[in-house]
Amino acid sequence: MFGYSGKILHIDLTERKTWVENKPEEWYKLWIGGVSMASRLCWENIKPGCDPYSPDNPVCIANGIFAGTPVPVGGKYGLASKSPMTGFIGDSLSGSWFTIALKRAGWDAVVIHGASESWVDIFIDDDRIEFRDATKLLGLGTFETEEAIREALNDDQVRSATIGPSGENMVRFANVTNDGRQAGRTGHGAVWGSKKLKAVSVRGTHGIKVADPKALNELSIHIVKEAQGPHTSKYRILGTSTNMLNMNKLGLLPTRNYSEGVFEGVETISGEYLHEHNKVKTIACAQCPIACEQMSMVKTGPWAGAMTGIEYECLFANGSNLGVDDINTVIKLISVADSSGMDAISMGITISWAMETFEKGIFTKEDFKCEKYPEGFELRFGDGEAAVTTAEMIRDKEGIGKLLSDGTRIASSTIDAERGTETYKWAMHSKGLEPAGYEARGLKTFSLGSAVGTRGPCHNRTAAYDPDIQGQVDRFSVDETRGELAKDSEEYAAVYDTLPLCKFIRRCFTGKADRAGAWPTIVNLINATTGWDLQYEDIDPIGERAHTIKKAFNIREGWKRSDDTLPYRWMNEPMTKGPSAGHFTSNEELEYMKDCYYEAKGWTKEGMIPKSKLIELGMPDVAEEIGV
Amino acid sequence: MPSSTSKYQYIDCDPDLCIGCQICEYVCSYTKTGEYNTYRSRIRTVRVDEVLITALACRTCENAPCVLACPQDALDQDPDTGIIVINAQKCDACAWCVEACDFGAISVNPLTKLVEICDQCEDQEDGPQCVKWCPKEALKLTTPEKQAQKARRDALKSIKDEILPKIPLKETTC
Repeated sequence: MFGYSGKILHIDLTERKTWVENKPEEWYKLWIGGVSMASRLCWENIKPGCDPYSPDNPVCIANGIFAGTPVPVGGKYGLASKSPMTGFIGDSLSGSWFTIALKRAGWDAVVIHGASESWVDIFIDDDRIEFRDATKLLGLGTFETEEAIREALNDDQVRSATIGPSGENMVRFANVTNDGRQAGRTGHGAVWGSKKLKAVSVRGTHGIKVADPKALNELSIHIVKEAQGPHTSKYRILGTSTNMLNMNKLGLLPTRNYSEGVFEGVETISGEYLHEHNKVKTIACAQCPIACEQMSMVKTGPWAGAMTGIEYECLFANGSNLGVDDINTVIKLISVADSSGMDAISMGITISWAMETFEKGIFTKEDFKCEKYPEGFELRFGDGEAAVTTAEMIRDKEGIGKLLSDGTRIASSTIDAERGTETYKWAMHSKGLEPAGYEARGLKTFSLGSAVGTRGPCHNRTAAYDPDIQGQVDRFSVDETRGELAKDSEEYAAVYDTLPLCKFIRRCFTGKADRAGAWPTIVNLINATTGWDLQYEDIDPIGERAHTIKKAFNIREGWKRSDDTLPYRWMNEPMTKGPSAGHFTSNEELEYMKDCYYEAKGWTKEGMIPKSKLIELGMPDVAEEIGV
Repeated sequence: MPSSTSKYQYIDCDPDLCIGCQICEYVCSYTKTGEYNTYRSRIRTVRVDEVLITALACRTCENAPCVLACPQDALDQDPDTGIIVINAQKCDACAWCVEACDFGAISVNPLTKLVEICDQCEDQEDGPQCVKWCPKEALKLTTPEKQAQKARRDALKSIKDEILPKIPLKETTC
């Protein structure tokens, strides 16, 4: 086999033993890599119905086909476990050196079972596996942990995926971080924390051989050069933060806990402002010629020196969404999240829920007592100092930080049960995950895509806002086309997440990002790497299969139609300001769109998957278990 | 200390432009070994914190310390190009040259038991492959003299905005 070693490493933390699994080439042709392979391994290795924090929940890491080759943006891996945020599949992607080292060590994937009694970090030294005592690493931030491991092993080529203090404390939305990049959103860091797994480090010394290196090099250098042109200028120059002003113009910029879609203070937290005042350097993931990470630093004031990479999603969640218009505060908040390894989106939205709860008089100063403020403090929209203190309390699970560290769903239901309140009405989550930075009330297709997301509402797993924003459909109304559009978008994204390739490269193949523009090059890249003979029509099923295994996983974990829903606010409160004023997604509209979507997917009206569909996609064993 | 002169070319990386993508390492290892393995690359990226990143390859020092250090006389410097030539018969991979190099530009191949040093892709028609592939044009084949020229120009440009407004405009008649 080219492009794969054919070997999957299993590690049992409870028994401290390892074994190797060999899968046939046919299995690789079905699952490819990334989130698809990771999710499939999660399906195969989990005990269904288990608590996400139990030893029965495996950590599944899957490389991509292109890791360690010159294929641009192919250095990404998938990470899957049952999510403590949603109770459904938690599948994340991250990029850079870690996955390349793992590939060079000769492993296509790693599955980590069980739980350790004492803190451990695993060192994969090619085919030698070492369980190391991680006590000395406790309390270190994500990048610090990586550096400490490199220093201890005396090798700067060792690459690690780690958790920071948030993961150790099992903040429910903690991330796994490698090389400064986050496998974010669904709480992998908390799962690692539950296993007392501080880090997985790799030294990989083998070369990668591909089937046709000449062809692969020619294809790759073309894409490398194209990636310096207009197709990526948005990402290269300002990064995704450029969305701040664009979203605000459309009335879609989540503001003050999603109460509105326009923010009066947007100018000073825009990508343009950031570029002018705080940008230090642009950096790339390994194997990426684009470089979108805008490393930004606070240069003056109490938080001077705080530095991290800033992207749109973190910026909105900790900026407009908190009513904060000071860029230094936003950078500080994001750096608290990144260095301690927690999801900056969920963190921001949980704080904004707490701010609204405070402003409505349900939380009081009393609730915010901490070491720094023994008398408590007021948590109001726009108060940067209070927001930073709250973020640190979440990280450390201090005081009310313990409640907030469980995210908006659990925090609001706990308060509502204790105090007889209705804070769920402004708890912004669906399936327990906080949404992305697009006000879905003004984006009907995206509201469908968000409701049906297998890991919750997510901007990476669906780009169903594209037809809305580009005017392909009327973004304020619903019709029968939305089901097909949502299906198309999530399965297109699933192809990229499976190879995986970063979606920022999508226009660099031919100038057009649609299937006709991208799939022919992707077919050639796969064939040159693996020696397979895939055709154009083989690409779509890769995405559909990847999406389907995640949905099947959820069904086995008890998913039902009513789980595909939206936050209360998005379904009941119209926005009052800006170009999207007056709009929301009613229950009737959502249910109608869900009907259209399940039909487009070839599923039943209840959203279940017919046996025939699963067999058609090459998974008869899944059909046996959950097919109808 | 190595004493560089303007005599020899070498591959230089501009740390302001380098994004740390390592594409140079893939291409180098493929060109030299037929497989992608950054451990076999003769140019290496190095990153010491989140934003300090560059790539390093042989700087073709004059009176190269690696040549002087070799106890087997296995290394020679081409007098025209400055490129270090390795005599495979003599090299026993003792790594004294590795220690002597101030730039970490020499590595030992564990399979062949020979040291490996950038040869600026002398055997490639279109020159150094890392320079050809570098997406940000951070890598270039240059000499110390060219580098100094660039530094002088950059220094002047950086104060241009300050100086220009102060230069009185001459009255012109025509």
